[in-house]
Amino acid sequence: MKHVLAVIVENRPGVLTRVAGLFSRRGFNIDSIAVGETEDSELSRMTILVEGDENVIEQVIKQLNKLIDVVKISNLTNESTVNRELVLIKVKAEPAARAELQQLAETFRAKIVDVSLDSIIVEVTGDDEKIKAFELLLRHFGIQELVRTGKISMMRGVKYIKINGEGGKSG
Amino acid sequence: MVVEALIKEKVEVIFGYPGGAVLPLYDALFDADIKHIMPRHEQGGIHAADGYARATGKPGVCIATSGPGATNLVTGIANAYMDSVPVVAITGQVPVPLIGTDAFQEADITGITLPITKHNYLVKDVKDLPGMIKEAFYVSVTGRPGPVLVDIPRDVFVQEANFEYPERIDMRSYRPTYTGHGGQINRALRVIREAKKPVICTGGGVVGSGAQEELLKIAEMAQIPVTSTLMGLGGFPGGHPLSLGMLGMHGTVCANYAVTESDLFIGIGMRFDDRVTGKLDSFAPEAKVIHIDIDPAEIGKNIAVNVPIVGDIKRILGQMLKKLRKGDTREWVSQVDEWKRLYPLGYEYSEEELKPQYVIEQICKITGGDAVIATDVGQHQMWTAQYFTFNKARSLISSGGLGTMGYGFPAAIGAQIGRPGETVFCIAGDGSIQMNSQELATAVGNQLPIKVAIINNQYLGMVRQWQELFFKRRYSSTFLEQGPDFVKLAEAYGAAGIRVTKPGEVVPALQQAMEIKDRPVFIDFQVASEENVFPMVAPASPINQIIGGGKE
Repeated sequence: MKHVLAVIVENRPGVLTRVAGLFSRRGFNIDSIAVGETEDSELSRMTILVEGDENVIEQVIKQLNKLIDVVKISNLTNESTVNRELVLIKVKAEPAARAELQQLAETFRAKIVDVSLDSIIVEVTGDDEKIKAFELLLRHFGIQELVRTGKISMMRGVKYIKINGEGGKSG
Repeated sequence: MVVEALIKEKVEVIFGYPGGAVLPLYDALFDADIKHIMPRHEQGGIHAADGYARATGKPGVCIATSGPGATNLVTGIANAYMDSVPVVAITGQVPVPLIGTDAFQEADITGITLPITKHNYLVKDVKDLPGMIKEAFYVSVTGRPGPVLVDIPRDVFVQEANFEYPERIDMRSYRPTYTGHGGQINRALRVIREAKKPVICTGGGVVGSGAQEELLKIAEMAQIPVTSTLMGLGGFPGGHPLSLGMLGMHGTVCANYAVTESDLFIGIGMRFDDRVTGKLDSFAPEAKVIHIDIDPAEIGKNIAVNVPIVGDIKRILGQMLKKLRKGDTREWVSQVDEWKRLYPLGYEYSEEELKPQYVIEQICKITGGDAVIATDVGQHQMWTAQYFTFNKARSLISSGGLGTMGYGFPAAIGAQIGRPGETVFCIAGDGSIQMNSQELATAVGNQLPIKVAIINNQYLGMVRQWQELFFKRRYSSTFLEQGPDFVKLAEAYGAAGIRVTKPGEVVPALQQAMEIKDRPVFIDFQVASEENVFPMVAPASPINQIIGGGKE
């Protein structure tokens, strides 16, 4: 099963290496990882997608917690969340195919952000299923290049991740 | 500035080896009021710092220069990490502008040691230096202890800045739990009261947290037999009637039977290592498990736990003692005693051949069990665990998790420096001792009266034993025909050397060694060459399937 972890870390050099190194050393599988500064510039937030059963996830969380630079971990898997990922796809586009591509993009609320003689770049955001469906359709035209940011995730409603609140680090 | 910080941390002794990148630090140390011990190899330095930490409970501090100096620490850091020993390693680094240019003697030591340190620091600005050193010591000794490395570029050593050493420290990302959860403690007490066949297993955490008195009270009050991991030996008096001795691969038959038959297994400060549990599915199959540990990540890592309690062991056992009520374990204790009687440890004594087990028994006898024993890794280590009765915490200093050959002698140096008036033995193999025998110079130079008992069977004995049992006696690369003359080796360094070839010579040689107070002594015990460590549980087998012991 895929789990989504929001990991708040000290914004210091080497933190990503520590986290990534931990996953490889302990044999955990990262599906994707997205990192960026938070509203507090001293903190970064990582959204990590990790594959594994409950026991594995428990170990992942506990081992991550042991890293001195990790401030807080929230498991968002069973929360109601907004999930987004941004993907750029460079797809072959002979002039004849452009209209159809444009239509597809509109349907998926994707944007065409660059056009050249025989290809275009499409930007699409959304959750996993939408992106997968869109990618499948574009395969017919010939995808030259695809790059994705990795998923980011945030809890819906009044809940939010408090740094010094409940569920903070111990041990 | 580093020296000032070390003084603030009340560091009494440093184990360090100089070099280019740490020249400014050594200049400051030249007239500082801190004892400095120079090993003959950085690995010796960090093992000594580790041995010092284990023997005293204070953090061990070592210094090495950049590049090869730092990489020579790696084995020692991994060793301290596996056994949760508080060690602070300070390494020099090339000057900040040269980092990343493959400069002379540059190695990315923070990168290299990432997975084997509790935490590490690269100090790029002198302003960060006091805070980072303070944090390094704090992180190293608190919670589950471990090694911390601070990498300091050469130019940072010489930069000027105001020295403001933080008095206290509060890290939002690091707050260990010390007090046990009240509800969990009550649950544990209930389970203990209901148990008919409980067993306690002490791990290194009991020794680390200094909980031996509390543990003794609990075991006696509730009448629960106590076994131990290698790291836990001494956490509970080995000579106590409730003691079962060590558990696991080379554990006693009674300990392995008791755990297998138990209905409650109480693991305290231990981590269910494969050498202890054998095949996980058949480990204590009927038992509920209480696991007490300071590291939440250890709970449920290898086996399912019914009652987890996270926190400092001494504190938790103290909390438990207040409310402890005993169940009825009389029948169980007499069953365990019966196993003890039926399956004692044993070997065939011989007048002709010197038996290694006999040597260790005699060391135990002559010291009255009152000595610090450092060991290397291999057969001699297991015989020491079996035949030396460890009654006091911090009396066995041995590489448990990493199994580092060459650890024992430098660790004994650290232990002797930390506990100057006491008898320190190093029990080594003829293979292991050669991995760090250069430290003879350190021991002689500091007039350390360490007694090094070399159990010399001319083999890498433990590997040979496995070849005998599992590889049809094909002794591939385990015969040490070209071993040195250990007596001459000792004498070449200015130490004393004694050779023993017959059982009758053992006691006189030990007496002679005990008389030597101003230098180390090597005793070359030339023992039976193909003696095996029994009992033994084959790797990944259930621990009640025992070779050389128990029911046939």
